[in-house]
Amino acid sequence: MSGNVLEVRDLSVGYSSPRGRVRALRNVSLRVPADEIVGIVGESGCGKSTLLAAIIGLLDNNATIEGGAIKLEGRDLLRLSPREVRALRGDRVSIIFQNPMTTLNPVLSIGTQMCDYQHRLGLSRTEKRRRAAEMLTRVGIPDAEHRLDQYPHQFSGGMIQRISIAMALQSEPRLLIADEPTTALDATLEIQILHQLRELRRSFRCSILFVSHHLGIISEICDEVSVMYAGEVVEQGNVRDIFHDARHPYTQKLLECDPARIKRKTEHLPTIPGDIPDLVELAPGCVFADRCERAFSPCRVEIPVRRRVSDGHYACCHLETETAVDG
Amino acid sequence: MTTEATVLAPSSAWRTIWQGLARVLREPLGCLGLALVLTMAGSAILADLIVPFDPIAINPRARLEPPSWEHLLGTDQLGRDLFSRVIMGGRIALEVALFCVSLALVFGVGLGMLAGFGPRWLDNALILLFDTLRSFPTVMFALAIVTVLGPSVNTVILVVVIISIPNYGRIVRAQTQSLKNSPFILAERAMGASMARILSIHMLPNVLGPMLILASMDIPVVITIEAGLSFLGLGVRPPTPSWGTILNDGYAFIRNSPWPIIAGGIPLIMTTLGFTFLGEVLRDTFDPKLRRYG
Amino acid sequence: MAEMLTVENLRVRFRARTPWLARLKRTSPSFIEAVCGVSFGIGEGETYALVGESGSGKTTLAFALTGLVKVDSGSIRFRGEELRGLSDRALKTHRRHMALMFQDPVGSLSPRLSVQSLLTEPFKIHGVEGVDRDSEARRLLSVVGLSSDIAARYPHQLSGGQARRVGVARALALSPKLLVADEPTAGLDVSVQGEVLNLLGGLKKQLGISILIITHNLSIVRHVADRMAIMYLGRFVEEGPTEAVFANPRHPYTLALLSATPEPDPDAVLKEIELHGEVPSLLERPTGCEFHPRCPFARPRCRQLPPPITQVNEGHWLSCHYPVEEGYLAA
Repeated sequence: MSGNVLEVRDLSVGYSSPRGRVRALRNVSLRVPADEIVGIVGESGCGKSTLLAAIIGLLDNNATIEGGAIKLEGRDLLRLSPREVRALRGDRVSIIFQNPMTTLNPVLSIGTQMCDYQHRLGLSRTEKRRRAAEMLTRVGIPDAEHRLDQYPHQFSGGMIQRISIAMALQSEPRLLIADEPTTALDATLEIQILHQLRELRRSFRCSILFVSHHLGIISEICDEVSVMYAGEVVEQGNVRDIFHDARHPYTQKLLECDPARIKRKTEHLPTIPGDIPDLVELAPGCVFADRCERAFSPCRVEIPVRRRVSDGHYACCHLETETAVDG
Repeated sequence: MTTEATVLAPSSAWRTIWQGLARVLREPLGCLGLALVLTMAGSAILADLIVPFDPIAINPRARLEPPSWEHLLGTDQLGRDLFSRVIMGGRIALEVALFCVSLALVFGVGLGMLAGFGPRWLDNALILLFDTLRSFPTVMFALAIVTVLGPSVNTVILVVVIISIPNYGRIVRAQTQSLKNSPFILAERAMGASMARILSIHMLPNVLGPMLILASMDIPVVITIEAGLSFLGLGVRPPTPSWGTILNDGYAFIRNSPWPIIAGGIPLIMTTLGFTFLGEVLRDTFDPKLRRYG
Repeated sequence: MAEMLTVENLRVRFRARTPWLARLKRTSPSFIEAVCGVSFGIGEGETYALVGESGSGKTTLAFALTGLVKVDSGSIRFRGEELRGLSDRALKTHRRHMALMFQDPVGSLSPRLSVQSLLTEPFKIHGVEGVDRDSEARRLLSVVGLSSDIAARYPHQLSGGQARRVGVARALALSPKLLVADEPTAGLDVSVQGEVLNLLGGLKKQLGISILIITHNLSIVRHVADRMAIMYLGRFVEEGPTEAVFANPRHPYTLALLSATPEPDPDAVLKEIELHGEVPSLLERPTGCEFHPRCPFARPRCRQLPPPITQVNEGHWLSCHYPVEEGYLAA
C-alpha cells in the first residue's frame, strides 16, 4: 500500500442546496500508484470535479465531506489543518486546469509567475529564473530565456498549456492533477501535449491523475482507469481491462457511444437514453438501474458492492456475481 | 406547478407582478424592506389625514420641545410640530426621489443600450455627452440651472435627473456591449430579429435587474441631494417642509435640542434601508438563475 | 442534384489595424483574410461538413453565409438567388429559410425567456400570422423528442442535450431549407452526442433539409456527412465525398487530423503523423503552400509555389503538390 502516492478511500461528499442534500460523491475509492497515470473518465455530473476539489482541498463552502479518507503519501489530508494542506498544494501536489488562458495572471510576465511558484525554495532571483528557463525548455518551448519576459497573451493556447505544465512540475510534485488539460486545444496540439505529458512523467517520476471525458485520450495516456457515474466509481481497472473487457453496463454503453470507435458509417449512432438520477432523492439500488438495459430485480433494491473481476479490475454491478458464478 | 401554468397561458402583467411580490415576501429581508417602503409611501400618500398640526404653523411658545404626546417628535426652533413636518417632508422627498430616479432610469437605460448596441459614432457621441455631464460638479451645475430657472422643486428634479443619467447609461452601455456578442444575441440576429426587438426583449431584461437595484439604492441618494440643495436655498423653499431642511435647521440648534436631527434622520435611515433591502430582493427575483424552484 | 447553396470564391477580410492609425502611419490598412477564396456547393437534402481547427475560418464562413459577417468578394447563391448585395430587408426573407445553430447549447438561448417564448419567437420576428403559436411550440418540441412540460422551463434549467434540442426546434420553427450547425455536439457528453446527431439525420430524411455542419470532430463527420471539406487558414485543402476522404485521405493535413483523433483502444496502432508547431497567425501567412512549415512531407517546391487545386477522383479535390499516396493509412 505504501506504493500509492494518493489513496482515496470511501470518500463521500455532499452539497447543501435549497432542495436538500445533493449527494455528489458516494463511497469513492481510488488509488494512484507511484509513477503511474490514472485516468478518471465520466460524463458531466459524474462528480469528477467534486472529487478533484476534495483532493486539493478546494471544495465550495456549501460542501461537506461526509466520510472517508484522502491519503497523500500516507498522510490523511482530511485530518490536516488547512495550513498544512496549503503547504502540500503546489509542492507535493500540482494541478493543471482545463483553460490555460484563465489560470495565468494576464498582467504578470511568465518569468515572474514562474519565479513566484518557487517561493518555497528560498533561492536567489537569478537562480529561480535559471530554473524557470530550464523548465520551459524541458516542456518544449524554444528560446526560453527570452520568453520569460513575455506575457500570457503573447503565447498561443498550446504554448500556454505547456507553460502551465512547466509551472506545475517546477516544484517536482509527487502527484500532478490534470483536469481536462487538452480539452481547450485543437486535436493536433492535443496529441503533442499528451505525448509531452507522458514523457515528463517518466523524467520527473511523478504520478498523474488525469481527468477527462474523452475516452480516446484516456486510453492513449493512462495506465489505470476509473469510470465514474453519478457520484460513484462504477468500474476500475487497468486500461486494457476497461477498454477491452468492460464489465459494468455503463462502461460498455459509454464505449459503444463513442463515434471514434465506430468505423463503419452508421445512420443511427448509439446513445444512452435517459438522464442522470436526481442526487437529492436517490432511489434505492444501483444508480444506473434506470438507464440499464440489463437491470434485473436486485438492481432496484440493493446498491451493488465492489466486485473483483480479475486482479486490479473491479466493477460495481449485480451482474458481476452472475458472470462470476458462470465463469 | 403554478409557474408552469403561467408560462403556458399568456400571463397578464398583473399576475407577473403578483408573483414577483410573492417571491419578495418569501424573503425576510424583502418583507422588512417592503414594510419600510410601504410605511413611508403610505404616510406620504395619507399625509393630509395623518398630520396633527399644520406643518408650517409657527408656535413661538413651544420652541425646541422634546417629544410629548402632543408633539410626537417634539418641535423645532420655530415651534413647528416635527412629526407633521417629517410626514409632509417625506411626501416631497419620495415624490422627488421616485420621479427623478424613474426618469433617470428610463433615459439612462435607453441611451446606454443605444450606445452599447448602436453604431460606433452614436456610441462615441453618447459617451462624450455622459462624460461631459459627469464632469460638472453637482452644486455648480445646480447653481447654473437655478440662475436660469430659479429655485424650485422642479429645478431639483432637473438637476438630479441630468446628473444621474450618465451613471445608469455607462453601466448599461458596458453590459450591453458585453452581451452584444454573446451567442444568444448572435442567434437572434441570425434569425433576423430587428434591433428594437433585440434590445427590448433580449437585452432589456438582462440589463434591467442590476439597474433596478441601483435605482432603489439611488433613491436615498436623491433624497440627500434634494436635502442638500434645499439647504443651499436651491431647492425646496422654506417654509415648505423637507427632510433636508429639517436636518439642516436642526443642525444649527444641535446644542439646544437633539430632537430635530433625530426626527429628520430616522426617516432618512429607514428609507435608505427599506429601499436597499427591497432592491436586493428584487434583483434576485429578476434573475431567473437565482430564483428558487421547489 | 438540385443545388441548395452554391458558394463561389468567397472572401471575408477583417481589418487588422484601426484605420486612423494606419492612415497616420501612411501604410495601407492590413487585413486578415479569415476566408480566402472558398467554393463549394450543397445539394438539396445533403449534409456537408466543414472540418478545421480553431482559426481555420470555418465559423467565419458560416457567419458570412448567414449574413452575420460582411463578405468581401465572391458569390453566395441560395436556392438560385444571389444573396450578396441584397438589402437587409430582402435578406430577411432568405433568413427564414436558412437557420443557424450556435456552438454553445445553453448560451445561445436568451436566458430570460422560457422555452415556450423561445420557440414562438421566430414566428414573431418574421411576423408569421395565422398559426397557433402555442400548438406550434408543442409540435416543435415533439419533433425534437422533448416533452411539452419543458416549455415552462428557462434555459439554465435544461441539460446540455435538452438545450441543444430546443436549439434545433427553434431552428426548425420556420421550416428552413438549410440548417447551418456550428459544432452541434460541442459541450455535450458522448452519450448525448449520438442523440443530437441522430436527430439531425432524421430531420434530413423526413424534412429533406440540407445541413451544413461545422466541426473539429472528425469522428462524427464520418457518420453524418455526405460530403466534407477540410479547412486550413481560410482555404479548403481537401474536399470530397466523406467516404472517399476517410478511405483515402490525400492531403497530409487531413491525414494528421485523422491520426490526431485517438481511438478508445489502448492497443490501437495507427500510423501517426504528428504535426509540430501550431497554426500560424493569419497576419503572417507562410509562403507557397501555407501548410508547409508543419508538413512532415514538405519539399522545396512547397515553400515557393502555392499548390494548384486538382481533382484526384470524381468529386474529390485537393490542394497539394505532393499528395500522400492512396492507401497510406491502411498500409
